[in-house]
Amino acid sequence: MTDTALAPPMTRSAGVDFDSTEARELLKRRYRAEARFKALGLLAVLVTAAFLAFLLVDILRKGIPSFFEHRATLTVNFDAALIDPKGTRDPADLREGDYQALVRAALQSQFPEAQDRRTRRALDGMISSGAVDDLRQAVLANPGLIGQSRVMPLLFSSDADLFLRQRDTLITRRTGSGPLRVEGESNAVTLRGGGAAFRAALAESKTFLAERRRALLAELATLPAAGSNAGVDTKRTELEQAAASIQARIADANAPETLTDREPSLLVAIGDGILKITEIGANEAKATTLIAPKPGSIITEWSLLTLRVPETNRRVNDNVSAWLEILAQRGLTERAFNARFFQNGDSREPELAGIRGALIGSALTLMVTLLLCVPIGVAAAIYLEEFAPKNRFTDLLEVNINNLAAVPSIVFGLLGLAVFLNAFDLPRSAPLVGGLVLALLVLPTIIIASRAALKAVPPSIKEAALGVGASHQQAVFHHVLPLAMPGIMTGTIIGMAHALGETAPLLMIGMVAFIVDIPGAITEAATVLPVQIFLWSDLPELAFQSRTAGAIIVLLGFLLVMNAAAVILRRMFERRW
Amino acid sequence: MNDIAPLAVPPEQADAPRPKITARNINVHYGEKHALKDVSVDVPEKGVMAFIGPSGCGKSTFLRCINRMNDTIPICRVTGDLRMDGRDIYEPGLDPVLLRARVGMVFQKPNPFPKSIYENVAYGPRLHGLAGDKTEIDEIVVSALKKASLFEEVKDRLKDSGTSLSGGQQQRLCIARAIAVRPQVILMDEPCSALDPIATAKIEELIDELRTNFTIVIVTHSMQQAARVSQRTAFFHLGKLIEDGVTDQIFMNPRHELTRNYITGRFG
Repeated sequence: MTDTALAPPMTRSAGVDFDSTEARELLKRRYRAEARFKALGLLAVLVTAAFLAFLLVDILRKGIPSFFEHRATLTVNFDAALIDPKGTRDPADLREGDYQALVRAALQSQFPEAQDRRTRRALDGMISSGAVDDLRQAVLANPGLIGQSRVMPLLFSSDADLFLRQRDTLITRRTGSGPLRVEGESNAVTLRGGGAAFRAALAESKTFLAERRRALLAELATLPAAGSNAGVDTKRTELEQAAASIQARIADANAPETLTDREPSLLVAIGDGILKITEIGANEAKATTLIAPKPGSIITEWSLLTLRVPETNRRVNDNVSAWLEILAQRGLTERAFNARFFQNGDSREPELAGIRGALIGSALTLMVTLLLCVPIGVAAAIYLEEFAPKNRFTDLLEVNINNLAAVPSIVFGLLGLAVFLNAFDLPRSAPLVGGLVLALLVLPTIIIASRAALKAVPPSIKEAALGVGASHQQAVFHHVLPLAMPGIMTGTIIGMAHALGETAPLLMIGMVAFIVDIPGAITEAATVLPVQIFLWSDLPELAFQSRTAGAIIVLLGFLLVMNAAAVILRRMFERRW
Repeated sequence: MNDIAPLAVPPEQADAPRPKITARNINVHYGEKHALKDVSVDVPEKGVMAFIGPSGCGKSTFLRCINRMNDTIPICRVTGDLRMDGRDIYEPGLDPVLLRARVGMVFQKPNPFPKSIYENVAYGPRLHGLAGDKTEIDEIVVSALKKASLFEEVKDRLKDSGTSLSGGQQQRLCIARAIAVRPQVILMDEPCSALDPIATAKIEELIDELRTNFTIVIVTHSMQQAARVSQRTAFFHLGKLIEDGVTDQIFMNPRHELTRNYITGRFG
């Protein structure tokens, strides 16, 4: 410490011997421990990365299709008699026009053979009700369309969309081998192909039967032993008989098979027409006409379509499948960006449902939360960290704030229900109340993060300010707070991101309702993104699955942007000392 | 001023300048710990007084009493009579903020604000309203930097961060920052302990220049430094002031056995 008291020079010579076996052994143990630690750390990182990658890939795979929609590009004749029968061109009258009839006519012109009521209804069902609204909007925006024919994109219904995306059933196409002789017409067509044209398809049918038999046998194995119960015995006999009859059908590989709606559908595409096979043999098949092909008895170009899922289990029957197939073949379908997903509110029709309402609801809710949380949270943190006297009361306060951060969010929801809705009588389902509840939830996080940021500012900076005659408050506001700001902002943004993803407390205050209208104010009924995801994930329609994943992607994107903002803000304001 | 009993002055110090700071029976408690015991000392005006002593002897504590920095520690209690120019600096109506404008402080570790060099120096004058407009502040900044003999090194980069300077430069910036509010007294708490010998030499040179205009109190661990820069020295031990006097006398001819032992390196 003092110059007069120098430490004596090191005189011990017998220290660590580099070459001794003990030293080497010790070193080796140390290296092993280090290597072990490194390997474990790497493993942990890899496992985490794998989980994350799996999650992301799964969500992207499921969600990206929801950003695209299928549309039929059909020629629509804007018939004045249908949409403007009075001939006034008055928007009020145009709004009343029968635009459904336009869609119907456009479909009819493609498939004139669909005549009976049921078939026509199925045909109309291919197109979404959204397409009708689109036509109405188009005419209102441009009344000059009336009386003209235009190619318009007509949105497919969600079932048709799923079929075109092969989500309803897997479709395999096989080019027909050899010429095919077509005899008979409409419901009783016989197809004869030389050289075992249908052998592969027949084998496939038999494979399907074998699978069904295996399922029956598996079910049989789960039944209790024979003789224990009369009901079980009957069931057992039934299953055994069914399995045996299937076995008989499989046994002869060349025996013809009757195809019902419980087996995969086989369609034969001949030019512009489609036939459905009802009975298949190796060389010969019986079929019914779905869409009549051009007449002709010897066909050289044909193909065989297998729709894997039996018709009864499908959303789209063989008839509609055939229409969609032909529309696609004629180049009248298109896949386009689904702007509706970002422009619409919620809907019962999956193809029309969008996240605009939930996005705006989330934005309004977060705005309320931010406006409440930041001033209150930061002020509380500054007071507690810099000004509050250290006594039992402030200790108690600190413990309670830390505990509040760990309270389950649903409790805050119940609190919001009891206080804001019941006691203060604020509107139900409103972003105002949602924001208030989330503010309560996020406040402890912001206070704790802000206090940590304030505490991290070196005391020497405050001392320096006090030393030149700044008051305590000036020292805090001129020097400590600016230096703590990056940390405070990071804490705030992380808190906000937390609030953005919060669902449970919002369920309690009624933000879980089915709300179609896009909210315009913080007192209007709204829902938020995570609640929208929760609602959609609960719906049985397959089409909503991809909407759910799509909404999750948007939510993740939102979070990513917020976290990026946190990083950028921190970089911008960070000062080193 | 008249109600202060003069300390017994040894004959060789009869011509000592009039005291700037007078301390009588100062006691400091940190909670249960009795850190300073009955310290009475006079700090003469214009000149350098050094406080020396082993670690934990209370010299820094006493230094921090002079600008009431101890007020920021809640558990710290100061009793006794501490006056500057005869005025009780612990009188209830006196705001320590004003006191600190007249008693500047330089800390052990250089602690410039993480702002520009200019802002570092201009902060104090602005705070106390010492300048009316921009040109006056510019003048104050330049003159403070010149007095701290830093101006020539930084005149082209006043906008650079104060933390970008070297350790010695940072400490001189801190001195400039303290000078800029025109204090009468500058307290230095081991100002060179974080610096290399060359930077230390520069600071010591600077202290020697400043003593014509300021009353400087310096706490130091280095007895060589105390001997080099100070005219008076006080030796603290275990919270007590053992002796104080003209530096030469303390080092050449200490009156007290403890002082002699410390100076000759028997302990510490």
